[in-house]
Amino acid sequence: MIRPGKMIKQVLGSLFKKPATTEYPFHKKTLDVPARFRGKLKFYPEKCIGCNQCVRDCPSNAIRIRKVADKVFEADIDLGRCIYCAQCVDSCPKKALEATCEFELASIDRDKLKVTFRAKSQDAPVK
Amino acid sequence: MNKHKVVIPIGPQHPALKEPESFSVTLSGEKIMAFSARLGYNHRGIEKACEERTYLQDIYLTERICGICSHTHSTAFVQAVEEIAGIVIPQRASYIRTIIGELERIHSHLLWLGVAAHEVGFDTLLMYTWRDREIVMDILAQVTGNRVNYGCNTIGGVRRDIDPSQIKDMLKAIDALEDRTKYYIDIATKETTLIERLSGVGKLSKKDAVTLGAVGPTGRASAVDRDVRRDDPYAAYDKLKFKVVTDDHCDVYGRALVRVGELMESYKILRQALKDMPEGPLTVKAPRKIPAGEATSRYEAPRGECFHYVKSNGTDKPERVKVRAPTLANVQTVAKMLEDGQLADLPIVIAAIDPCFSCTDRITLIKRDGSRSAKRMTWDELHTYSIDWYRKKGLNFAGLNEKLKKRI
Amino acid sequence: MRALFNIFIFPGFLFLFIFGLSAQFFDRRIYARLQNRQGPPWFQPLADFIKLVSKEEIIPEEANPNMFKAMPVIAITAVVTTITYIPMWSPKALFSFNGDLIVVLYLLTIPTLTFFLGGWYSTSLYSKIGAVRALTQLFAYEVPLLMSILAPALLANTWSLTEMAAFYQAHPGYWLFNILGFAIALVTLLGKLEKVPFDIPEAETEIVAGTFTEYSGRLMALFKLSIDMETVVAASLLAAVYLPFWLCCGPVVGFIGYMLKVLFIIATLSLLRTVFARLRIDQMVSFCWKYLAPLAFMQILFNLAVKGFIIR
Repeated sequence: MIRPGKMIKQVLGSLFKKPATTEYPFHKKTLDVPARFRGKLKFYPEKCIGCNQCVRDCPSNAIRIRKVADKVFEADIDLGRCIYCAQCVDSCPKKALEATCEFELASIDRDKLKVTFRAKSQDAPVK
Repeated sequence: MNKHKVVIPIGPQHPALKEPESFSVTLSGEKIMAFSARLGYNHRGIEKACEERTYLQDIYLTERICGICSHTHSTAFVQAVEEIAGIVIPQRASYIRTIIGELERIHSHLLWLGVAAHEVGFDTLLMYTWRDREIVMDILAQVTGNRVNYGCNTIGGVRRDIDPSQIKDMLKAIDALEDRTKYYIDIATKETTLIERLSGVGKLSKKDAVTLGAVGPTGRASAVDRDVRRDDPYAAYDKLKFKVVTDDHCDVYGRALVRVGELMESYKILRQALKDMPEGPLTVKAPRKIPAGEATSRYEAPRGECFHYVKSNGTDKPERVKVRAPTLANVQTVAKMLEDGQLADLPIVIAAIDPCFSCTDRITLIKRDGSRSAKRMTWDELHTYSIDWYRKKGLNFAGLNEKLKKRI
Repeated sequence: MRALFNIFIFPGFLFLFIFGLSAQFFDRRIYARLQNRQGPPWFQPLADFIKLVSKEEIIPEEANPNMFKAMPVIAITAVVTTITYIPMWSPKALFSFNGDLIVVLYLLTIPTLTFFLGGWYSTSLYSKIGAVRALTQLFAYEVPLLMSILAPALLANTWSLTEMAAFYQAHPGYWLFNILGFAIALVTLLGKLEKVPFDIPEAETEIVAGTFTEYSGRLMALFKLSIDMETVVAASLLAAVYLPFWLCCGPVVGFIGYMLKVLFIIATLSLLRTVFARLRIDQMVSFCWKYLAPLAFMQILFNLAVKGFIIR
């Protein structure tokens, strides 16, 4: 039956239900981030072989691999340029990159968005 | 009073428009006398940028042409590239592309319902439909990793799989959404103030729809029975049974009914696809350098028919990518719809074609005004002409291009 | 001295200021809860007011600056004056004379006229369209409103609000004859206060902000404040005319009863605001003249019949 105010029953019912709003950032636990979420990248320097496949495939030139010693590599990731597509994660043949669930990456200083993943120290005690 | 005409600008910045576009309306009182559109405020040079990047990087670039139809553009591009390279993707991959595409259609139509309600001042419906849209966004985040810009396509198949627990969650979500959609159909057909605002507004006869080239729900509401999923099937649509929803109201109310009907059809398609999805690999190995050739591909976006053209020349970067979005075809119909309309109807008529101006602004418009100095140019001539034009002003971009080539 | 206290503190400017902002909070909170969301905290209207007052005023070059600046002040003045004639928690208002009902209704149309003049003198296209719509809307809802407020006055045989309140207090139960008028008055009040489905002069998605497009800073704060105060004053008027009970039981009970009545009316307005879409101006005018005006006329005839047969 066509009548005005058809939504009134549902609307009055909402008065007695909890609001659908998540009170971020006070109640963060109600946000469940799914496991496959593509957040900040994580780099494992010990697995990297320096093939630069990730650098070639990145759509926005956000990642750079540097050689610091023989077979030891470090990664510079610019979080401002990264588009969080995780193509580098798929391109890497040795699974040296991984997408974490961290998404609170805002910053007011552009330089703080450049992250470097350092390799472990190379000066092992010499006999 | 009838002789006194006023020209008011709608846009580029206006609360009625979600994206910038310039319309100028000539009014006499509240009646609209003339309407003209000027496009181009969202041009970002994406077609040119596609030529500088490899095919794999271009998937992510085309995905970001639009937020709501991102899977559309990415799939259409990848389909064209796969056709040039002669790759046939595995069955499971085509089913997964279909499933993500239908989820995107659900999300887009629920968003449209809320936006249309907001344009007529019915904010309550906006809040409720967008609350239910969160169910779809959560499912998409669970399967692909992100709420928009899904990034699940790759050349030769898809990147992410759907496992059985996710299928169960999806079926539960579809049941919940179907209940809510039935409630919204009830509201849309029975709430008096909504029907008063939507009926009789933005009339477009079937003849005009065909002449002006309306696509998608805008055309189907004027009884133009065209749907790319049925007429030119892609992905897994040739194996799925579904109905194409048309309506003969020819006005905004008809467009609302078509979209809500399509929502119900999408639930059916999703249930079929989830049940029939075969096991198998997700991708086929694709070469980095695509052989020379050209291909076109069409895709039924939530807004209509989206058309991609890709030309390759044997390297790992495409030579030309052209995108024709559905809103470009539908925007021509707005002027016809607003004849003898009122100013109060303007926002809802523009919202009824479901405008996505980010998709639209791709082409270059050459105005032929009859003077002898106007001439036609090919793409390469336009390219050299633009470089010379800037050189004459003292700007040389060759150095910048070298730097960019070194970084890529 | 007492007059100054009445004008500025109670029940004048300060009381209406606090009550108006609280009414706005109450309205927004109920609107949000009905839409299954959370709504603003209690200090939001005050924060909005302070923010607006601290912003820069920009007056368009082609506008008439004196009229532009005077309009919000006139709106607030008219609204604050009205409260002195309305009986709130006792059957006696602050001032009364025979005929103050008409004066109150006249004073309540002045804010709409200031919206029209403010929008017209802004000389911006959007403001002019909004101003013309405000005036058109005035022609539509004013007649049903006047007729439906006239009906209880006819039954009480007087033109003074104070005497009306005394009459209904003396005859308990007579206010039930005016229920139809109450319903009509609530709907037309939505038009006077420019709330959905009648917020046509200020339609955000069509003409940016209608009459208030060019207003900013302190002038905008005063306009918004005048709308809040008008809500409270009009709700008080409706409470005095249609819900005249609990008036003779002392000031405390009367005050609590007054608060409950006004908040009930504001809650009903919020509910009506939630479930409707916005109408077009031609639909609104035809609705008011085709449905509301005849119903209000029927209420008057009904009251005349009651007066003739029952009261003698």
